[in-house]
Amino acid sequence: MSTDHSAHSESGHGGAGAYAIGFGLAVVLTIASFMVVMGHSLSPSATLMAISVLAAIQVVVHLIFFLHMNTTAEAKWNNNVFLFTLMFVAIFIVGTLFIMDNTAAHMMSR
Amino acid sequence: MAHDTTTADAHADHGHHELPTVFGFWVYLMTDCIIFGSLFAVFAVLHNQFDGGPTGKELFEISGLALETALLLISSITYGFGMIAAHKGEIKSVMMWLAVTFLLGLGFVFLEVKEFAHMIAEGAGPDRSAFLSAFFTLVSTHGLHVSCGLIWIVTLIVQLAGTTAISERMMNKLTMLSLFWHFLDIVWICVFTYVYLASMI
Repeated sequence: MSTDHSAHSESGHGGAGAYAIGFGLAVVLTIASFMVVMGHSLSPSATLMAISVLAAIQVVVHLIFFLHMNTTAEAKWNNNVFLFTLMFVAIFIVGTLFIMDNTAAHMMSR
Repeated sequence: MAHDTTTADAHADHGHHELPTVFGFWVYLMTDCIIFGSLFAVFAVLHNQFDGGPTGKELFEISGLALETALLLISSITYGFGMIAAHKGEIKSVMMWLAVTFLLGLGFVFLEVKEFAHMIAEGAGPDRSAFLSAFFTLVSTHGLHVSCGLIWIVTLIVQLAGTTAISERMMNKLTMLSLFWHFLDIVWICVFTYVYLASMI
């Protein structure tokens, strides 16, 4: 099977250690994005950019430490399906925003 | 992929391989990801269509959001401890961590329902504006998933209660719930960032 989940958590990622590292990083990243918004020290667009970057990093942290994604040969199919989904979601989120923004511009609705 | 040989191998190799069900469940999670992706796209398009009604800035409270986020994040690591206990074969410990995870998840759902009830009572229900329709659809879809996860946790606790050893089949069930639960936490990262925090800027 693709994700060598059980063997992995026992040996490779060190079980409790891996969860603790992941949790620590997640807490720091979450608090950081709350602080950025509550601090009001950045401009609105810079704030949005900052929390987007923090969220993206936190998603990767969760994927590696909690969902145990890795680059071993056994995880190949999990990763392929994941990357396909990521591409699909990116195309329709970016595509939707582009088309709806374009429509709004032409209809002068905003 | 070693799917055709997995069942035989898994028994011989002592859990170094998972049944294809775990991979199948991963594929299901990816389709769920597409559902959430499309709901996020809808929210992104409608996030400023207030129709003269309340905006996110007026409605959302950062303290409630912080508490919900904390509950879900802590429930992720408590489930992780449950998985570690499961790998060691400590059934009592697994059940205890599952119960803790359940309570944290229940707390999250309780806070979310309370928030929704409060908003609807104030006249900011899903029928008020396109922004609120998109908000309720996206956030309640996540909440519904968490509620299903809670039912699943109870089911596994009940199934574990009558056993003396964790079978390979049970290990796969626990692994799939682990994927589901951690996946929902990832969706919540996007929710608190783009739905709540982005509205409060």
